[in-house]
Amino acid sequence: MTTSEVQREVVLAGHFGPYGGRFVPEALTSALDQLDAAFHAAIVDPEFAIQLSDLERDYTGRPSPLTRAWRFGEYCNGAHVYFKREDLNHTGSHKINNALGQVLLAQRMGKTRVIAETGAGQHGVATATAAALLGLECAVYMGEEDTRRQALNVARMKLLGAEVISVTNGSRTLKDAINEAMRDWVASVDSTHYVLGTVTGPSPFPDMVRHFHSVIGRESRKQILAVEGRLPDAVAACVGGGSNAMGLFSGFIDDLSVQLRGYEAGGDGVETGRHAARFSAGSPGVLHGARTYVMQDKWGQTIPSHSISAGLDYPGVGPEHAWLHDTGRAIYEPVNDSEAMDAFALCSRTEGIIPAIETAHGLAGVIRLGKELGPDSVIILNLSGRGDKDVATAARWFGIELEHSEAGISIELAEGR
Amino acid sequence: MNPTKTGSISAAFAHAKSEGRALLIGYLPAGFPTLDESIELVQAMCEGGVDLIEVGLPYSDPLMDGPVIQQAVDQALTNGATPQSVLTVVRAVADCGVVPVVMSYWNPIEQFGVENFARELQKAGGAGVITPDLTIEEGQPWIAAAALHDVDPIFLVAPSSTNERIHKICHDTRGFVYAASTMGVTGARDQVSNMAPELVARVRRCTDLPIAVGLGVSNGAQAAEIAQYADGVIVGSAFVKAANAGGVRAVRELAQELAQGVRHGG
Repeated sequence: MTTSEVQREVVLAGHFGPYGGRFVPEALTSALDQLDAAFHAAIVDPEFAIQLSDLERDYTGRPSPLTRAWRFGEYCNGAHVYFKREDLNHTGSHKINNALGQVLLAQRMGKTRVIAETGAGQHGVATATAAALLGLECAVYMGEEDTRRQALNVARMKLLGAEVISVTNGSRTLKDAINEAMRDWVASVDSTHYVLGTVTGPSPFPDMVRHFHSVIGRESRKQILAVEGRLPDAVAACVGGGSNAMGLFSGFIDDLSVQLRGYEAGGDGVETGRHAARFSAGSPGVLHGARTYVMQDKWGQTIPSHSISAGLDYPGVGPEHAWLHDTGRAIYEPVNDSEAMDAFALCSRTEGIIPAIETAHGLAGVIRLGKELGPDSVIILNLSGRGDKDVATAARWFGIELEHSEAGISIELAEGR
Repeated sequence: MNPTKTGSISAAFAHAKSEGRALLIGYLPAGFPTLDESIELVQAMCEGGVDLIEVGLPYSDPLMDGPVIQQAVDQALTNGATPQSVLTVVRAVADCGVVPVVMSYWNPIEQFGVENFARELQKAGGAGVITPDLTIEEGQPWIAAAALHDVDPIFLVAPSSTNERIHKICHDTRGFVYAASTMGVTGARDQVSNMAPELVARVRRCTDLPIAVGLGVSNGAQAAEIAQYADGVIVGSAFVKAANAGGVRAVRELAQELAQGVRHGG
């Protein structure tokens, strides 16, 4: 069997080897069965495919370009580095691919309301956007800690008509936002679809979210063949839950000559314990409905993660990544805050692209990869998001003073004053 | 302390039935607010007339629980609760002559070791385990381990469960079937959902196992109402609230009120 056939076989059962599955309250089981059926019916329905691809072209702005990063590439040992420009999508990141797909599906299922969790706010913004476009009510759960560090995105969601619910329990970050969204969903499942924002969670979410992002991998494969005349040596992405990585990887998973490289948040350094490096310091366990790698203590209690990047600050990871890790098909490495911020600065100054801090972890990985693979190697990085939302964090990091009034406006908007 | 014998849960239900009443089931997390205090609290539940106690294993991400229980388990974890604390409280319940079961999210059991957990629980006198986020599909290794160590695996049914699923769940459940009265998380509600009687009736058609109803039950009147159609009444958040408000005494009084309730349902 080819890798793809193996993948499909495990996908059928909602598992990826020993990972994935469904660890949820019984109350959600029927809803997940219905979602699974609706999703599989939709993706073979030509009408749904046309609706989605029209939106991708006319609304999101797909296909996104594949940009050769000439000057950045010089700092990567002269490798041919290409950026898959998901930052140029409407709303500024890859997240819109999945949000449009799922909200369209929710509408098709007759749901009138969508809910979402968000860390960096990009998925919340994307869901609020899709809900506004398609006329559904929208509520977004966001950890209180994240509403502070991503105040601009909170304001964007409110402007788009979504309700933003600040989550004040637990570690007040993405993990707790997911808990709250699940609690909402258990009680509201008749009218509400939960637009989970990454390739985690109970089956069918990991398959469904990968499917809606697989357009990234399909386009990249075609684009690189057109410009280089050959497949890349490696494709790389940052990995929080892992949706942008899964979208890119899915286009190359059967091409065994193409290395799949994921970069997770090393925070202050894996040795400090303040990080989100699930593959370096986590172990298999169950979190948020799936078996996967989890940061946990010996009793199975989740250990809060830490990263300068809200979008990577999550103690679990998509179960398919866990399987790709164990089988050796993909390789995951941690990148700590300072290495990511150095790459953030380098990309901004050499390419004129201010990346999201999440993406900066992938950029740092590409610098390492160039050294490893050599000057003529071809590397695609998923430039998963733009950095506008991170300007305040980056300015603080680099010691740039912001005009008081400007910062004040974004915070006031965020707090709904 | 005597190791629990197989069937102690069904014996407790049979005993209640012989008295023409429903069984009263109370929940408190182990180690809440501290280990010693949680032992005093379960003893007060026993004294007040609770027939079966669910000892909660505190977990960092309790996604089936509302704010009251979330805060209680946070407090327990902060004060150092571990699976060992759970076994200690289970033993204390068994020593009172009341049937102890554990209520736990799946990951802590998986990390403890599935077989290990079943064995240690049985040694401590535990009779069963309620696993609110374990589906029967994922639960087969646990069902096998539980059978090996004479511990009853207790699964939940929900108003959204199809008849086909209820049938499968009843097939794999031992002890009693936990019927979640409503679509939602734990927490006291003014009214017990009107979905509960219909759900209990659907479960009855699939099994002879006793059926207990939980989620949202907080007082004697609600207990009496449920006792009219179910074999057991489960109360959780209300006990946590009572413990927060008035400690041992309030917990004992609530147990007494509920024990009256389950005796007025017939």
